[in-house]
Amino acid sequence: MDRPYDNRAWLLVLPVLAIVAFSAVIPLMTVVNYSVQDTFGNNQFFWNGAGWFKELLDPSSDLGGRVLSSLGRNLAFSGIILAIEVPLGIAVALAMPREGWKVAATLVLMAMPLLVPWNVVGTIWQVFARGDIGLLGYAVNKLGIPYNYVSDPIAAWVTIVAMDVWHWTSLVALLCYAGLKSIPDAYYQAARIDGASRWAVFRFIQLPKMRRVLIIAVLLRFMDSFMIYTEPFVVTGGGPGNSTTFLSIELVKLALGQFDLGKAAAMSIAYNLVILAVCWVFYTVMTNLDVERPQAETGAAS
Amino acid sequence: MGLVLDKVRRDVGAVTHIHETSLRLEPGTMTVLLGATLAGKTSLMRLMAGLDRPSSGRVLATNGASETDVTGMAVRERSVAMVYQQFINYPNMTVFENIASPLRVKGLPKSEIAAKVAAMAAVMKLEPYLERMPLTLSGGQQQRTAMARALIKGADLVLLDEPLANLDYKLREELREELPRIVRGSNAAVVYATTEPQEALLLGDYTATLSQGRMTQFGRSAEVYRRPHDLITARIFSDPPLNLLPVAKRGGAILLPGGTSAPATGALAGLADGDYQLGFRAHHLALKPVSPASLSFEATVTVSEITGSESFIHVVCGQADWVALVQGVHELAPGSAVTVHVDPARVFVFEADGALAHAPAFLSAA
Amino acid sequence: MARIELTDLAHSYKPEASVPADFALKPMTLTWRQGGAYALLGPSGCGKTTLLNIISGLLIPSHGRVAFDGRDVTHLSTERRNIAQVFQFPVVYDTMTVYENLAFPLRNRGMEGKAVDARVREIAGLLELTSSLGRKARGLTADAKQKISLGRGLVRPDVAAILFDEPLTVIDPALKWELRSKLKALHRQLDVTMIYVTHDQTEALTFADTVVVMHDGRVVQAGQPDELFERPAHTFVGYFIGSPGMNVVPATVEGNRAQVAGQTIDLPLSYDPPAGQRIEIGVRPEFATLAPAGEGLPVRVERIDDLGRARLARLRLGDHAFAAGVPDGLDGIGDHAGLILQPGHIHVYADGQRLSGRA
Repeated sequence: MDRPYDNRAWLLVLPVLAIVAFSAVIPLMTVVNYSVQDTFGNNQFFWNGAGWFKELLDPSSDLGGRVLSSLGRNLAFSGIILAIEVPLGIAVALAMPREGWKVAATLVLMAMPLLVPWNVVGTIWQVFARGDIGLLGYAVNKLGIPYNYVSDPIAAWVTIVAMDVWHWTSLVALLCYAGLKSIPDAYYQAARIDGASRWAVFRFIQLPKMRRVLIIAVLLRFMDSFMIYTEPFVVTGGGPGNSTTFLSIELVKLALGQFDLGKAAAMSIAYNLVILAVCWVFYTVMTNLDVERPQAETGAAS
Repeated sequence: MGLVLDKVRRDVGAVTHIHETSLRLEPGTMTVLLGATLAGKTSLMRLMAGLDRPSSGRVLATNGASETDVTGMAVRERSVAMVYQQFINYPNMTVFENIASPLRVKGLPKSEIAAKVAAMAAVMKLEPYLERMPLTLSGGQQQRTAMARALIKGADLVLLDEPLANLDYKLREELREELPRIVRGSNAAVVYATTEPQEALLLGDYTATLSQGRMTQFGRSAEVYRRPHDLITARIFSDPPLNLLPVAKRGGAILLPGGTSAPATGALAGLADGDYQLGFRAHHLALKPVSPASLSFEATVTVSEITGSESFIHVVCGQADWVALVQGVHELAPGSAVTVHVDPARVFVFEADGALAHAPAFLSAA
Repeated sequence: MARIELTDLAHSYKPEASVPADFALKPMTLTWRQGGAYALLGPSGCGKTTLLNIISGLLIPSHGRVAFDGRDVTHLSTERRNIAQVFQFPVVYDTMTVYENLAFPLRNRGMEGKAVDARVREIAGLLELTSSLGRKARGLTADAKQKISLGRGLVRPDVAAILFDEPLTVIDPALKWELRSKLKALHRQLDVTMIYVTHDQTEALTFADTVVVMHDGRVVQAGQPDELFERPAHTFVGYFIGSPGMNVVPATVEGNRAQVAGQTIDLPLSYDPPAGQRIEIGVRPEFATLAPAGEGLPVRVERIDDLGRARLARLRLGDHAFAAGVPDGLDGIGDHAGLILQPGHIHVYADGQRLSGRA
């Protein structure tokens, strides 16, 4: 809708533009600048052109190999947590009460993990999963299952996945719950009258009506999990070995550990592009879904 | 204050929502926008309100003889009130506070607000509910609250977008009666959008008929009803739907579908040879001959509907579906044959391209 | 197909209801015959939707019983009642095609594939949906969607009754005509009991053989459309049916004479109105005509409404508002005029109930 114009509105946007320029554009330019240079410390830089990017894309090089394997870990991690959190979130949303005092109680309970800061979540789980003093680790070991996230890569993965599921499933559930609440009663009544099974109600009414919020949930969870840093850093420190070294951890190692600013800059640009590309795909899917909506329902003209 | 739309047009992307439209709204009158869903009624109202900016053309505010260009002026700076089909009130305020809210924004003194709200509540018959919350009221009361809030602003332009559509039939009937009285008491130009021809006749001093984003006619309601310029307008302004009959005029005869013919009498005699569409409203289709010159048709009853004092007889005549509105209770069995009659003096004649060729004489009720 | 009997049915949304005001539905006993077309007509909050939900099984009544063909179904769930319902807003399964929508209730009941196909095509034909069977339901217009909702009801061969909850609310006037006559034609072809809830008198009267008028949780009159129009049993029926409603004015009645606003009106029958009750006479605007001043009862003319095909006079008879028809050819109406009432159509009401007079 192009509303009647009022150019004064731009004045109000200026402060935001200024802040964005300082906080995003200028640092980004710095990163771009670093990515085409090499440094040996002492603030001395040498022109390196597309060298870092070439190395980045070459799996046989050290940088390329590290990036590729951590990218693989990132994708695996995002895939696993989406595969768990989305169905689980839907299931939780379906099980949530629809009316009465229980609604408020459930909502508060569900919101709790979301309020815990990332590093605190990491610390909680680091202790919780320890074999000697952690409740979880101790209990699992007592059951005769060997479990030690410090030495066993599988245990480390299980721990960070469990941690993320614990932390973020409620977000998916709350979004789905909002979607479910917007379905008019008449749909459920019609389904009962049509003799639909519980599964059919889910498949043909609840799922289609939840689709939009689900896309948002998947998008949010993907972006967030793809950028995961704090929790594995606190719990496993990227180990054992490199088994939980994600792109972000690799990046920090390069930039702060080895002071390879050029490599790190090139990598973070690539990292950014991957996220942007995936988001673009999601965005396209979402808008295409919108196009499918009938004109009559959006009331375009009348 | 009045409002003039001067060759206003609105495109959204490649789609034209409103084709070039010009009309003049006089203060103290009600203009009805009549058309089906998606005909462009709301789009046109948004242009009038200044919620949307026309792609071309001007919007002028008139005051007596002076005209001010208000195209592109923000809606906030104009004197406009709008009521929607959905009942929109502040749910956490009492009815009194709801009605008073525009006055509070203006910063009127308390005593004046109280007096004005009391007067408006009396007109809208809301006095017993002033201390209630809107959601505890019936739909009709909620909508009256919304209308009171819109009218109390004393806005120069009041836009009512199908305000009665979500109300019970009887409530609609009552508000329909009250509305003209309320409007005429103000100096506002009032615009009322509806899909129902009956409302246009009852409420509108003027009617603008709309179809697919195009204003097909604008004029005094009775004039538009009785002399529609074209077939589209006649169809928009007929409920039950307009009955249609394609004919051809050859010399002194009218050739009817099915190979029969009738002598061209009265107004039909004056037509040039060619193809025409005859249109007649349901109450002009009768089960008995109505005049010696009546055209008669053999038809088959599909459904008869009784409304108490009247019956709607749906018939199929050749290819055409017709409705006859007849006085009294007539329960005709579906499938039965019936002869229907229409007085040629009561038919509209449209050219092949839809333009009006002839309208029946203006009677006191026709 | 079923006969529906409601016996001493009442419902209260409060757990321990005692006074009548607690009841959304006051005790009623009604029988609806197999294959009838019924309308439940009344304003919002009159209990008509409550009654509909009780019949469909979405609501269990707090008192009384519901029987289909003599079988008590009061506590039976909706699924097991063989009821179809069409809601106010079209309910379609967006992701399915029109065909799948229509087949859905049959497949859920395990009907065999060929039979499903035959039945779906038959119903689609009746509803003129054949050409859009392959389309996704989500992109269709409101009236097409409403046809699909209707089709899902009609498609089941064993359905006991089809319930309609204000199904034409979101449909444009011109299409309303089409859908309404379609519905009526379908009713005749399929011989199924239909119950249609509406606040719109035109829809109720045109659709139903029997109209049940409800007011304040009570059935005030059930009858054929012409009966409700000619002889409203209650002033509410007179008001609610007819547009505008019946003129009802306070009067004193003695024998075959009524006194209204100082004027005497002769009645065709004689009445002995019970003492201490509110006595009124009622005449429909259709049976009252405006006449030149000096004829009939003297009235003051407030305004003349042009309804297009007729004119309606808004009058004052004494202090009472009164509506009457204006005959063709009566022009030059001044502030004062006469009012002629057709004697056979004047009714006498005591506390709202119609009195039957004696000859």
